[in-house]
Amino acid sequence: MADILSAAWLIARKDLSIEFRTRSAFFSAVVFALLGLVIFYYAWDPTAVTATDLAPGVLWVIFTFSGLLGLHRSFGVETADHAIDGLLASPASREAIFLGKAIANLIFVGAVQAIAIPALALFYNLRLGDVAGPLIAIAILAAIGLVAVGTLFSAMAVNTRLAELLLPMLALPFFVPIVIAAAQATAKLLSGRPVIELGAWLKLLLAFDIVFVAACTLAYPFTVED
Amino acid sequence: MPSAISTGASAPPIVEVAELAREFGSRRAVAGVTFSLAPGECLALFGPNGAGKTTLLRVLAGLLRPTSGSARVAGIPLPGGPLARSRIGLISHHTMLYEALSPRENVSFTAQLYGIRDSRARVEDSLRRMSMLERADTPIRSLSRGMQQRVSIARAMVHSPQLVLADEPYSGLDESGARALTALLGELRSSGAAIIVVTHNLAEGLSLATHAAVMQRGKFLRYDSADRIDAGSYAATYREALAANG
Repeated sequence: MADILSAAWLIARKDLSIEFRTRSAFFSAVVFALLGLVIFYYAWDPTAVTATDLAPGVLWVIFTFSGLLGLHRSFGVETADHAIDGLLASPASREAIFLGKAIANLIFVGAVQAIAIPALALFYNLRLGDVAGPLIAIAILAAIGLVAVGTLFSAMAVNTRLAELLLPMLALPFFVPIVIAAAQATAKLLSGRPVIELGAWLKLLLAFDIVFVAACTLAYPFTVED
Repeated sequence: MPSAISTGASAPPIVEVAELAREFGSRRAVAGVTFSLAPGECLALFGPNGAGKTTLLRVLAGLLRPTSGSARVAGIPLPGGPLARSRIGLISHHTMLYEALSPRENVSFTAQLYGIRDSRARVEDSLRRMSMLERADTPIRSLSRGMQQRVSIARAMVHSPQLVLADEPYSGLDESGARALTALLGELRSSGAAIIVVTHNLAEGLSLATHAAVMQRGKFLRYDSADRIDAGSYAATYREALAANG
């Protein structure tokens, strides 16, 4: 297990170094998230829907689609000059490769969230100070599930001609239960309900995470065995 | 052309392949290949495009599962998992490098993946052997194709593999790069590694080889050990294979 985690961290560091150098996917995702916030803001009729009712949906739509930009890049960097062959021919286990990619994606999505959540608070005039802790917990739990599913489908879609189209088509149906749970928990939180009421949604998110991380880690080797 | 380098023909083979086959649907890319290589031996593999050479190397590298037959690397049956893969160095006409990273970062990443402790000296040595130290911090995308191939070779050799699988390793290399590669492969042979080199250049291949084979339609059309390799007759067989391939 230590070998797997050590190789996974090495692969994650490599992916983050590449992203740090190019910054292509990160800037795209952040710009997408901010533009999404702006578009929703101007499409919003504050006399019909309150900010606390609208914000959870906006937040999770933005995270879902901006996350897809990073997930597509995840295995995209491996296709240039068949770098993936070097990884697969190395002693790193397939599970370590998957976990490494997933860890890098989780940090990527977390960084986008770290910019998008304060921006959401600014646009919709929300006071997040009191609920920051639980909101971060929801964001992390949801991101783990989204990243596990998205990383697996990124690996499956990357070698197809329509990878950019196929990834959302494959991943979005599996994102739905995670996004519903996260949006519901966020809505309760922003409407001022006691944190204890979030318990059921947080447990559901945790259950999704355990199932998706385990299933996707075990399924990944079958996507690369030819 | 027998090599002057002594081989460990009496030692246990590093690679043993028996009736190995690999199919893609109804097409047999490798159709029952058998051979073995002892430490210090080198098989030069020739053949027309689509003969199955690259597929054979990909099976031995653990990138493809054999459909039937068996193969062992250092006694480990394939596909043998991390332990078998740690014994193999793979060079391809694809560089397998990350273009945003530098040569030093690429080779260092590989060294760490192979579990080399204190890898810095090994990385520097590997880059030095391929004359890439001066450009070690330049991003791969800024290097010429030949320089990228040098880095790719440094990457494949950094863990001192017991079996080197080299698929057209001379592609893109200039004369000095080709000399460096030949010297490096020679050193690896001397240290007991076995090598399988796929090339379209008969002279380069035979200069390294203790064994040679011409492959056509997934099979060995001809397979000879050192004392029976004759460059002239190999050229004739190779031309026949190319002609038969259309």
